[in-house]
Amino acid sequence: MRWSNVKYLVLRRVVQLGLLFLYGAGNWWGWKILRGDLSASRLFDTVPLADPFAVLQIFATGAVVGVNVLVGAALIVLFYGLIGGRAFCSWVCPVNLVTDLAAWLRRKLLIDRIERKIWISRNLRYYLIVLALIVSAVSGLAAFEVISPITIFNRNVVFGAAALKGGVVFSFGAGLGLLAAIFFFDLFAVKNGWCGHICPLGGVHSLIGKYSLIRVKHNSDNCTLCMKCKTVCPEVEVLGMIGKRSAFVTRKECTNCGRCVDVCDDDALGFSLRNILESNKGGKA
Amino acid sequence: MGMNRRDFLKSTAAAAAASAVGISVPDEVKAAAAKGEEGWRWDKAVCRFCGTGCGIMVATKNGKIVAVKGDPAAPVNRGLNCIKGYFTAKIMYGADRLKKPLLRMNDKGEFDKHGKFRPVSWKRAFDEMEKHIRKALKESGPEGVAVFGSGQYTIMEGYAAQKMMKAGFRSNAIDPNARHCMASAVVGFYQTFGIDEPSGCYDDIELTDTIISWGSNMAEMHPILWSRVSDRKLSDPERVKVVNLTTYRTRSSDIADFEIIFRPQTDLAIWNYIAREIVYNHPEAIDWDFVKEHIVFAVGPVNIGYGMRRKGEKSLTPVRPDGSAGKYSAKEMQIIQKEMAKKVSDLEGPALEPYGYKEGDEMKNTAGTLKHWMISFEEYKKSLEPYTLDYVAKIAKGDPDESLESFKKKLQDLANLYIEKDRKVVSFWTMGMNQHTRGSWDNTLSYNVHFLLNKQAKPGNGAYSLTGQPSACGTAREVGTFAHRLPADMMVKNPKHRKIAEKIWHIPEGTLNPVGNQHIMKIHRDIEDGVVKFAWVNVCNPYQDSANARHWIKAAREMDVFIVTSDGYPGISAMVSDLVLPSAMIYEKWGAYGNAERRTQHWRQQVLPVGEAMSDTWQWVELSKRFTIDDLWGPYTLRNGKKLPDVRKQAQKMGYKPDTTMYEILFANERAKKNYPIDLNSFPQKGFDNSECLGDSRNVVGSDGKVFKGYGFMIHQYLWEEYASFGRGHGHDLADFVTYHKVRGLKWPVVNGKETFWRFNVKYDPYAAKHAKEAGLKDFAFYGPLAKKLPSGDLRGVKEKTKKSLANKAKIFARPYMDPPEMPDKEYDTWLCTGRVLEHWHSGTMTMRVPELFRAVPEALCYMNPKDAKARGLKNGDLVWVESRRGKVKVRIETRGRNRPPRGLVFVPWFDERVLINKVTLDATCPMSKQTDYKKCAVKIYKA
Amino acid sequence: MADKETKRPITPRRRFLTDLAYTAGLGIMGGLIWAGYTEKAKSSPLTLRPPAALDEPDFLKTCIKCGLCAEACLHRPSNLDRDTLKPRPGTLKMARAQDDVTIGTPFFKPRDVPCYMCDDIPCVTACPTGALDVSKVTNPKTGELDYTMMRMGLAVVDSNSCIAFWGLQCDACYRACPLMDKAIRLEYDKNERTGKHAFLKPVVSMYDCTGCGMCEKACVTEKPAIFVLPREIALGKPGAHYVKGWDKKDQQRVQERVGKDVTTHDERSSQNPMDYLNKGLEY
Repeated sequence: MRWSNVKYLVLRRVVQLGLLFLYGAGNWWGWKILRGDLSASRLFDTVPLADPFAVLQIFATGAVVGVNVLVGAALIVLFYGLIGGRAFCSWVCPVNLVTDLAAWLRRKLLIDRIERKIWISRNLRYYLIVLALIVSAVSGLAAFEVISPITIFNRNVVFGAAALKGGVVFSFGAGLGLLAAIFFFDLFAVKNGWCGHICPLGGVHSLIGKYSLIRVKHNSDNCTLCMKCKTVCPEVEVLGMIGKRSAFVTRKECTNCGRCVDVCDDDALGFSLRNILESNKGGKA
Repeated sequence: MGMNRRDFLKSTAAAAAASAVGISVPDEVKAAAAKGEEGWRWDKAVCRFCGTGCGIMVATKNGKIVAVKGDPAAPVNRGLNCIKGYFTAKIMYGADRLKKPLLRMNDKGEFDKHGKFRPVSWKRAFDEMEKHIRKALKESGPEGVAVFGSGQYTIMEGYAAQKMMKAGFRSNAIDPNARHCMASAVVGFYQTFGIDEPSGCYDDIELTDTIISWGSNMAEMHPILWSRVSDRKLSDPERVKVVNLTTYRTRSSDIADFEIIFRPQTDLAIWNYIAREIVYNHPEAIDWDFVKEHIVFAVGPVNIGYGMRRKGEKSLTPVRPDGSAGKYSAKEMQIIQKEMAKKVSDLEGPALEPYGYKEGDEMKNTAGTLKHWMISFEEYKKSLEPYTLDYVAKIAKGDPDESLESFKKKLQDLANLYIEKDRKVVSFWTMGMNQHTRGSWDNTLSYNVHFLLNKQAKPGNGAYSLTGQPSACGTAREVGTFAHRLPADMMVKNPKHRKIAEKIWHIPEGTLNPVGNQHIMKIHRDIEDGVVKFAWVNVCNPYQDSANARHWIKAAREMDVFIVTSDGYPGISAMVSDLVLPSAMIYEKWGAYGNAERRTQHWRQQVLPVGEAMSDTWQWVELSKRFTIDDLWGPYTLRNGKKLPDVRKQAQKMGYKPDTTMYEILFANERAKKNYPIDLNSFPQKGFDNSECLGDSRNVVGSDGKVFKGYGFMIHQYLWEEYASFGRGHGHDLADFVTYHKVRGLKWPVVNGKETFWRFNVKYDPYAAKHAKEAGLKDFAFYGPLAKKLPSGDLRGVKEKTKKSLANKAKIFARPYMDPPEMPDKEYDTWLCTGRVLEHWHSGTMTMRVPELFRAVPEALCYMNPKDAKARGLKNGDLVWVESRRGKVKVRIETRGRNRPPRGLVFVPWFDERVLINKVTLDATCPMSKQTDYKKCAVKIYKA
Repeated sequence: MADKETKRPITPRRRFLTDLAYTAGLGIMGGLIWAGYTEKAKSSPLTLRPPAALDEPDFLKTCIKCGLCAEACLHRPSNLDRDTLKPRPGTLKMARAQDDVTIGTPFFKPRDVPCYMCDDIPCVTACPTGALDVSKVTNPKTGELDYTMMRMGLAVVDSNSCIAFWGLQCDACYRACPLMDKAIRLEYDKNERTGKHAFLKPVVSMYDCTGCGMCEKACVTEKPAIFVLPREIALGKPGAHYVKGWDKKDQQRVQERVGKDVTTHDERSSQNPMDYLNKGLEY
């Protein structure tokens, strides 16, 4: 296996686990690099960060929130909106570890070849965003936050663990169960079911990252139509141009995971800064 | 907790509802409860903890204590307890009870001072003890064998230890932790009354109008007595006044009409202020009839030092140019040098003027002395002259945030309460006045005020010393397990007293050692000096409870000394020892305690000890089997050159053989075997275990390697009756063994089966009646025999050397205010006071093993004024170092809660071995009583 | 399925409408389940919240579940173990699914770890959303943080199990109380049974008790006889129509609660007076 075939995969895992570790260290040992969790946190004990979707739900409940968390949400929106795109889903979200594993197993066990019986719209996540906001408003409780496997798992790691006698002891609760449910759902029910169809947070990040600068670029001149990229892509619709024309991947669902870039042996895919105008053209085509 | 919050709420709500509407417990539930009690045996006993002496009932089932209840028949507590008493059922069953002897050994199984503790047999344990005692006797004589005794010994244990030490080893180096607790009170009693222990009793609380607490946090330390004080206050809130004199606000201020926060040590000045108010401003209040008939005035030298190490002692040499000396640093020497000489300060200058010193003078100190002489009333009056309201308020105001006017007003109110005609007053004190470098003075000063007003030894009137420990009175003081004492107030240095003891003990004349100076701090110092080579810790924790502990711990580990600790649980003392012996605890043995109102209470063995634990009595008796007359009764030369005679020949004349063991002489002698037989068919032995006399079903392999089958006679009764014979007929009369098992204790002297409520008062005390009749006195006779012949002089010295008798009289002493040896200065800017908390007993070995008490108070805190904390940038809960010239400990600060010190003072309790605050405290003592002052030293406090 | 139906062509318009109805139906169904679960996910009413928490409904709305409060609690310098200098268990826990508390929200159980009421209240100052509202613990006069203003709950004494009410000298709760003599004071009472002892009974003041739970932690009975409940649970509410004549401050208690409409309604007053009068009386 060549480095170029796993480069982004490895980098992503490092970032994902690193962030999880830093959040954990914030609680276990009081490190001040990242404190809090993915809902809201403080970077270096000064910069506030917050999950825009969580803040949106809080708004929906009718609550008035502090400036800190608004600034935090704005920083996140700016970062992903301008630069990262939907990178949260593949570079930060810890559930991605599980869904990627499920997807990988699906390929290895050839489950993909079995005709699937369950169909879910990839737009479901957007409906769920709306639904989450409605339920939040009705129930007076940020609705997705009480079921979100992402933050539940994240909190389980950060707060369910205690630094005891030098080691770190975990006591997982519901987080593990939810993860298992997602894993089996993705493995047996719907390919990329959670991240690609259901997760409203993913939906929110799709919307935020729609116009971001960092994008995958396809060079159809080099493409040999091996279709490895389409096999690994969790949001396969975004690769509609493969082999057809050179263009940026502009659809908002692309998570910038870079697996397509990794697996391409023909130098037909790579990250690039998009020219907004040009890409718009490409998008229309 | 198995229940969740919801269940919990439900059940408590149901219970509360049931009680609210008066639903009685259903009959079937009652029946079930009664069935549960089947197989329970209830028997009376006494609480293990403080000097209050609450009676409890103990329930046993299947050989284990399952419950206790307050004894409703006990006059002290009438069925109530404090929270320590509430948990007495649990104190013996901590998971880490010691069950086997443990010896430091190397891998070859030999004793090794640097080895690890490993279990050994009792036989091996006694082999090692015997070996090291022989070595100590050979190298240092009797002074090389020492015992750290206890005010928590049962009376019989203390008596057995005392007898073996003094008659067997001819060593007076047995001194109890009660030295730290009551010694100043004892000197106060001896000097004032000529006999030890309070004249009054707890009934004074119900009979008085005024309760004045001096340096005593009764609310936490004597909770049951405090509830009686509270009840008294409730019964007539207008008439009954309560005043709390203390150096920091405690819980005892709660019901007080007012509290007086004074600067540490200035209680001396406040007592003198009250006396001055009486003598100068209210002379009409003096009961001259009483004073002339019953009182003489007296004084002693004031340049008596502070009971610290003196120049030339081995561990203080050599003196080095940097100021350090021997094992003591230059910083420590800054304070220790005051033992030899000190400069009279501006604070004490005025007070010392009548004694011939003024501010700036150098006072050369002699070693502490009990010497005193008679003076005239005029001289006494002169001594009071300096204690004007202005002077006393200036030096005594303890709270910088209180106005001088407010403080003066309180002092006046206090004096007025004492002086008010027909107002009955009781002054209670505990460690504040006893743990004091002038503690003996402070005690005598209290009686002065009461005597001048004739408010002493009368129902509801009197200065009353409360005891800390359950048997500080019963064992330490009455049995006399002190270096200088014998039972019943007799002294080792008095040849007549020795003779009496020798006769009772059936040992040759001259056996007893006349030099009794190895008090508890001296034993520590003698270990550091290399004199004591064998020390045995009994029922105490001297390496946690002794001030300046770093020196003693270091000495224990590094000097050539063999230290044995007998204990129920492993603690600091066991940790620094070489051999640890598992001791039977309180209800695992027959025993008796004597409380602070002279009440003696007995109990029977309720259960068998855990593991192979055996009582301290058994351990002493077994040790006595290892030594013969030839081993112990030859000639010795003591450190001071005095010689102990060879008494072996005389022993032979008494019918003993050279190889007769101490066991046969002191314990299993013919008198004992004949007079105190086992009688399992009648009360009180019937139906109760007796591990020492009968052995028990555990079949413990004893000191000879064979299963221990018991001594075959009732040794507890023998020890009791022989001990009691010391006091009968001269004011210390105790009832017989069997009687005590029938009653809820009796206050001695017990004459014709009747206890005595108020001593020295002709109406209540048959001895007072007898002496008064003989001497032609009317109401009182202060018949105590000690120091009743005195020379006379003035405040500065003896002028007339011929001694005059003052039989049946008590004394009023002129005693000045003097500074303590260490006071806050620029570097060490804060007073440190130490003490206890209600939840924990002493060093916490028992109470820290009761989970509920541990949870309630898991760690010792440093109580600090919030302003002091703020000034140091500290927040509540922060960890700080409390550091003195001697050592430092890390502790969490508490700026809220039960103790509220004024600015400039912190309080740290000493129960927590992880906050070993005695590494910080100063081992200065009252030079007369040798009791350590744990209440004051100077520290600095900074963030950890 | 019937062939007939499958073969019938579906117009795009029809397809759109069907999809819409399908989606709406699913959405409503899912929404109901979700809302139902969310309702269920709200905490037990016995939950104790960190200091300065908004009222429970507002707290649930506002808390973002980040745990910064719990981390601040855990890592405050005053929480370090004296010997190891490692943090001891913190007061605030983040709810897990099994906790009977809205998942991810902070709470505490005083019997395990009470609130030590830090001078600098780090948990509250750490909150990014205002769910812990610093103004609730800020002295309006000085502008300084004031721990005595915390109102996490109210201690309640079960006088049946409290051994002080038996006459024993306990008052461990009283001595543990950081606001001793204010939040818990002792009520002295004569013990007529013994005739010479006093009861020293702990009594909680609702005005001063912060609900820190130091008392519940210290209580020496097997299950605590003094325990902290949320104030809404522990407290009743006297009517707003009556003001204590002997208490000048009592008017404050009712002022904001006196409604505009003072009309009272009950079964008797529900009838129209005309109808009533015209009903006539049987005789």
